[in-house]
Amino acid sequence: MTQKILAAHAGLDSVKAGQLIMADLDLVLGNDVTSPVAINEFNKAGFTDIFNKDKVTMVMDHFAPNKDIKAAAQCKQCRDFCGKYDITNFFDVGDMGIEHALLPEKGLVAPGDCVIGADSHTCTYGALGAFSTGIGSTDMCAGMAKGKTWFKVPSAIKFNIIGKLPEYSAAKDVILHIIGMIGVDGALYKSMEFSGEGLINLTMEDRLCMANMAIEAGAKNGIFAVDSVTLDYIKDKVNREYKVFEADEDAEYEAEYTIDLSTIKPTVAFPHLPENTKTFDEIGDVVIDQVVIGSCTNGRIEDLRCAAQILKDRHIAKNVRCIVIPATQKVYMQAMKEGLLETFINAGCAVSTPTCGPCLGGHMGILAKGERAVATTNRNFVGRMGHPESEVYLASPYVAAASAVAGKIAQPSDL
Amino acid sequence: MKARGKVHKYGDNVDTDVIIPARYLNTADMQELAKHCMEDIDIDFAGRVQKGDIMVGEANFGCGSSREHAPAAIKASGISCVIAKTFARIFYRNAINIGLPIIECPEAADKISAGDDVEIDFETGVITNHTKNETYQGQSFPDFLINIINSNGLLNSLK
Repeated sequence: MTQKILAAHAGLDSVKAGQLIMADLDLVLGNDVTSPVAINEFNKAGFTDIFNKDKVTMVMDHFAPNKDIKAAAQCKQCRDFCGKYDITNFFDVGDMGIEHALLPEKGLVAPGDCVIGADSHTCTYGALGAFSTGIGSTDMCAGMAKGKTWFKVPSAIKFNIIGKLPEYSAAKDVILHIIGMIGVDGALYKSMEFSGEGLINLTMEDRLCMANMAIEAGAKNGIFAVDSVTLDYIKDKVNREYKVFEADEDAEYEAEYTIDLSTIKPTVAFPHLPENTKTFDEIGDVVIDQVVIGSCTNGRIEDLRCAAQILKDRHIAKNVRCIVIPATQKVYMQAMKEGLLETFINAGCAVSTPTCGPCLGGHMGILAKGERAVATTNRNFVGRMGHPESEVYLASPYVAAASAVAGKIAQPSDL
Repeated sequence: MKARGKVHKYGDNVDTDVIIPARYLNTADMQELAKHCMEDIDIDFAGRVQKGDIMVGEANFGCGSSREHAPAAIKASGISCVIAKTFARIFYRNAINIGLPIIECPEAADKISAGDDVEIDFETGVITNHTKNETYQGQSFPDFLINIINSNGLLNSLK
């Protein structure tokens, strides 16, 4: 699938793994941390215009609402640049959300698109059947100016999805299970392609969560076959032409795995790598200080519904802070309408405006030395959420909410 | 084109959060970022590194974020080349794009120790360990990559 999309964007009939191509881009993304570096390079290089004002987007989400004066200056630089070049899709505080939750919601990515973003979790849009990958600020700069970039065509690993998830197992558990199985460099430089009869049992939000973490296995991209779930999701969001690409029956894969969803158990990635996964039969008493429910991985409405289901009529444990961050304004509004925010606040949680915030140790929930957090985020590297001697445990919204109540790592059935 | 210097040695999966913690990413001033390079796993690195020194890691070096600040902070700290068994792909691309030479060589990553005096010839890919009197064959750079590195990055090379 990835190879077909890349061939179409390079004006070629077909491409092979390893081939270097120049591809046209449908969308170039940056955020308030990576865009300033790209803008500096853009100005230094002497470019005078962007390739298409509708195909460049910037989202102020990492350190916004501005955490300090320097962060404010970075957002201002992005705001000024987007104003100067009349960029249509500049998302600032008030209408911004976490970029990878926001762009699909706004219909800015469609099946068959070729997308680059100066953020490693740009691979999220593979959930929609697009080729989408993270790049750095220099590539963002060149992409903004020229609307093209070069790629080395990746080989692919196939994940054949069968079955249906048990109660309290989530898409997050599936992707953590896969990363635990193949390792943080298990898909290095490669494409992870998800298909199979069980796909129909994964909602679009499940797929966005799984594609999001393809980078945590080192992948260039993660991509899902397009089906009725995809088309239902985009029908009232995407109002332009797009093309659906399908993998050939005889497509070549470097490896193939079958993932039976019915066997997936609640899974936690221990510090300090997403591959350090354990299921609850291997987890003893791990006392925690903080829980974060949100991020581009798990800050969507279905995630908040799962967390609220656990937190309803319960209270979080003494000495635990639980921070809930709806990923976008739309998610926030919907959570409010459904009474989820009330559930969270009654349970003793703090509810924040959309931001990446604590996921990358930016703001809104930094850990002190020795503190432990269970988070629905995507990375648990050393110092990721604060002090280098703090710890992050990655889990699903069910497990995060149950842990907040228990005051230690727990699954819903423990409550 | 060559690089020579003393080695700073690290293990597997050196991620972009330890190369440059996100708490410092409220600036795009690379000299400022260089002061905090590697501090979460090697607190003295910024004070110890000398211009021309070489960084050696093992598998999946640079995994994690797409932040170009990571290779840029390494480069601004004075490091002349990074050697590893494998690199994470976004880091690899970013390093080349900003003109930081990086080279994959599993043998060198295994045999080089911290403090060794190491020299790299980018045209041939030969890595010479003067301390241990050994040579290792790494991946050589094709001309277009040499051009990017010599131009101090992709954008300069396009001018």
